[in-house]
Amino acid sequence: MRAAAPAMREKEYGIWQTWTWRALASMVEQIAAGLHQAGLRRGAHMVVVGANRPRLYATMLAAQSLGAVPIPLYQDAAGAECVFPINNAEVAFAFAEDQEQVDKLLEIRPQCPQLSHIYFDDPRGLRNYDEPGLAALDELQSAGKAFAALHPDFFADEIAKIGPSDVAAMFFTSGTTGNPKGVVHTHDSLLNRARAGADFDHLTDHEEVLAYLPPAWIGQNIFSYAQWLSCGYVVNCPESSATATIDLKEIGPTYYFAPPRVFEGLLTSVMIGMEDAGALKRRMFHAFMRVAQRVGPARMDGKPVGWTDALLYVLGNLLVYGPLRNNLGMSRVRVAYTAGEAIGPELFTFYRSIGVNLKQLYGSTETAVFVCLQPDHEARADTVGVPCAGVEIKVADNGEILVKSPGLLKEYYKNPTATAEVLTADGWYHTSDAGFIDAHGHLKIIDRVKDVGRIQGGAFDGAMFAPKYVENKLKFFQHIKEVVAYGDGRDRVCVLINIDFDAVGNWAERRNLPYAGYTDLAQKPEVYQLVRECVEKVNADLSADTLLAGSQVSRFLVLHKELDADDGELTRTNKVRRGFIAEKYQPLVDALYEGKTEQFIETQVKFEDGRSGSVSAVLKIDDAKIFAPVRAAA
Amino acid sequence: MSSKKIGDVILDVRNISLKFGGVNALTDISFNVREHEIRAIIGPNGAGKSSMLNCINGVYRPQMGSITMRGQTFSHMDSHQVASMGIGRTFQNLALFKGMSVLDNIMSGRNLKIRSNILLQALRLGPAEREEIMHREAVERIIDFLEIQAFRKTPVGQLAYGLQKRVDLGRALAMEPQVLLLDEPMAGMNVEEKQDMCRFVLDVNDEFGTTVVLIEHDMGVVMDISDRVVVLDYGKKIGDGTPEEVRNNPDVISAYLGTSH
Repeated sequence: MRAAAPAMREKEYGIWQTWTWRALASMVEQIAAGLHQAGLRRGAHMVVVGANRPRLYATMLAAQSLGAVPIPLYQDAAGAECVFPINNAEVAFAFAEDQEQVDKLLEIRPQCPQLSHIYFDDPRGLRNYDEPGLAALDELQSAGKAFAALHPDFFADEIAKIGPSDVAAMFFTSGTTGNPKGVVHTHDSLLNRARAGADFDHLTDHEEVLAYLPPAWIGQNIFSYAQWLSCGYVVNCPESSATATIDLKEIGPTYYFAPPRVFEGLLTSVMIGMEDAGALKRRMFHAFMRVAQRVGPARMDGKPVGWTDALLYVLGNLLVYGPLRNNLGMSRVRVAYTAGEAIGPELFTFYRSIGVNLKQLYGSTETAVFVCLQPDHEARADTVGVPCAGVEIKVADNGEILVKSPGLLKEYYKNPTATAEVLTADGWYHTSDAGFIDAHGHLKIIDRVKDVGRIQGGAFDGAMFAPKYVENKLKFFQHIKEVVAYGDGRDRVCVLINIDFDAVGNWAERRNLPYAGYTDLAQKPEVYQLVRECVEKVNADLSADTLLAGSQVSRFLVLHKELDADDGELTRTNKVRRGFIAEKYQPLVDALYEGKTEQFIETQVKFEDGRSGSVSAVLKIDDAKIFAPVRAAA
Repeated sequence: MSSKKIGDVILDVRNISLKFGGVNALTDISFNVREHEIRAIIGPNGAGKSSMLNCINGVYRPQMGSITMRGQTFSHMDSHQVASMGIGRTFQNLALFKGMSVLDNIMSGRNLKIRSNILLQALRLGPAEREEIMHREAVERIIDFLEIQAFRKTPVGQLAYGLQKRVDLGRALAMEPQVLLLDEPMAGMNVEEKQDMCRFVLDVNDEFGTTVVLIEHDMGVVMDISDRVVVLDYGKKIGDGTPEEVRNNPDVISAYLGTSH
């Protein structure tokens, strides 16, 4: 029965092509036999690099069935970033999706002489390549097919040799400092967590999942690989990265994961669309969204609502929420998760209020994702849920969250020092996140332990400073895309801000504010006014928090360029690298604290085609109002 | 590039002269194009590059000379005949149906390949439907090739200029041409778009073996991707050869940089 059921789909030439489990199994068998013949042995590592495609996953399965260890790498990483993982793991075999990835691997080959076999999926443009060891996956597969025909028991025998404590895969963490670290996971740690997550949300083999995030990220690997194998649902690969939102609508996934920024992007596009809609539609939308905000979250949490509200919600569902969910590609979503970054309360509530069961989870590469999950009726914006099956949580004296779980990493590859730092002998994994368990048993994360600092001097001397907490609060405004906050060891908090070009550009157009591009728009006095309002709202909010009142922002400036991973300012997972930015923009940070009102800055930038140039501008610096801490009445 | 097989002469232009009233647009131009090669026509503004392409394409009738396409010689070409002989082209200022989707625009390039009549198509009878599916497959391959899947259903008028250029190329490819005439395929593009377009032209040439004749202003592009180059100036041919030869030709240098008198 199951053998004929679809395992994977990929949209190609405008049509969803299906691979059944049987077809997938024989593809895996053939690739495995081919790899074996080519010399891939137990315990060896194999790099896979490319977008989500059935053959990429089949190659990972093939390597695993030989007892070899696949290492997925980020497909948009520069060649130089791949050198360390490939040499660290002594990789000789690689799977590359297309010409772009092949070029990247060939470029770094002089630094990685042991990289002897490169197999490509898409032959386009590679016809005239004459490099030793470069071959089409098709050739490998047909060689494997011949081998498998001669040795029918080979595949089953190889698989039988693998035990649950064998290493299954390795993931390199992006790492904010130093070389990336290879996180080693066993079959047991990955599958145990996959099962725990599936049980928590009662996932079945009927789920539909869209695989659109980078395969090198552990989340993608859990949602579209470990849980796929564990539950037997269907994974759908989009036609190209540009069509992911179109494909999302066509597939209508039932189980969906996205980082907060994807949810934010979708919401922004809805809001921009609504601004352009007719007056009647707009009024209907806003009226029913007010109903949704009042009624929706309570309904989702399974609390009773009044019958008029219930009736209004049904009507709203018919007229607005249903069509909206359909437009977002979320009509069929049963369980949706977000993680990786804090999510804005408004954003979170928006999705829950229109009937999307959006929840948060907590985990990392080192914990094979699932540590905490929010139960269906207890989803809140400021917590990350309760520990799931098999997990023990403890808060250390310095506020650090410690985790014990069957999904913990085996080790960092060839890095016992780093392993010993995070994995103590008593079995606790040190997450380096600061947080606490709240009254309802939910985990709440404040910041990274090492980033939590103290204000020194000034009105708030000695107060706690949680930069990420401040940054996130600001980022929740749709006009602000990225924030970098400074304040540890200083007398006040200052921030660098990136505006969201789409949202602010649209905002400017609607009020007939002309601008000549990002840099110009960023420095408009009107934009500064807009940003100041956001900063002051955050300050008002922070002043109510006894712990964090000292983290209020006293001065800010809007940066002239978007922070970019290509310029090293963000990690590949789009987290700001605060230290690096402080060095790179030293004159700006100094100017903020010296009380200047403007500062000249010139920065090197890398364009997408690899060339580099420089951007320069004189940036204005503005002050924001600080609120007196609200103290409980004595 | 080294392993590319360049074949025999597929298109031979001999002694072409074209006049508009008293203006000599082209004077006694001869050159040939070999199968599977990328042949560039360059020259300063008003040199007669587009006129040359229009003569090959049958838009203009030259007063003198002949054009030989795969052994058949003509004193002038006729647009329909040119298309049915397997010569496709793109236009300098785009000639797309702005209100139609990308898919339909490319499908319009299949026009000459459609066999079933209008009645069969209107009624969606068996053979017509089967044929349409076949053509749709061909169009989908082009969409995949040009990486414009995300815009399949978007009206062409809404697309960025660089993408419209790509659709224009897609439509020319839809007729499965043996010779592709490209009139300034990279005009008005930014660096990144130019790189993409270069890659597409090279891939068309490489994957489908299509012979490419292109007019281009960007010297970097021409010198990088062409096998041979013809240089025109004031309607006359002043150079012909590999990019290296053309680069060192004193006439070409003076036409582009001027000479001291």
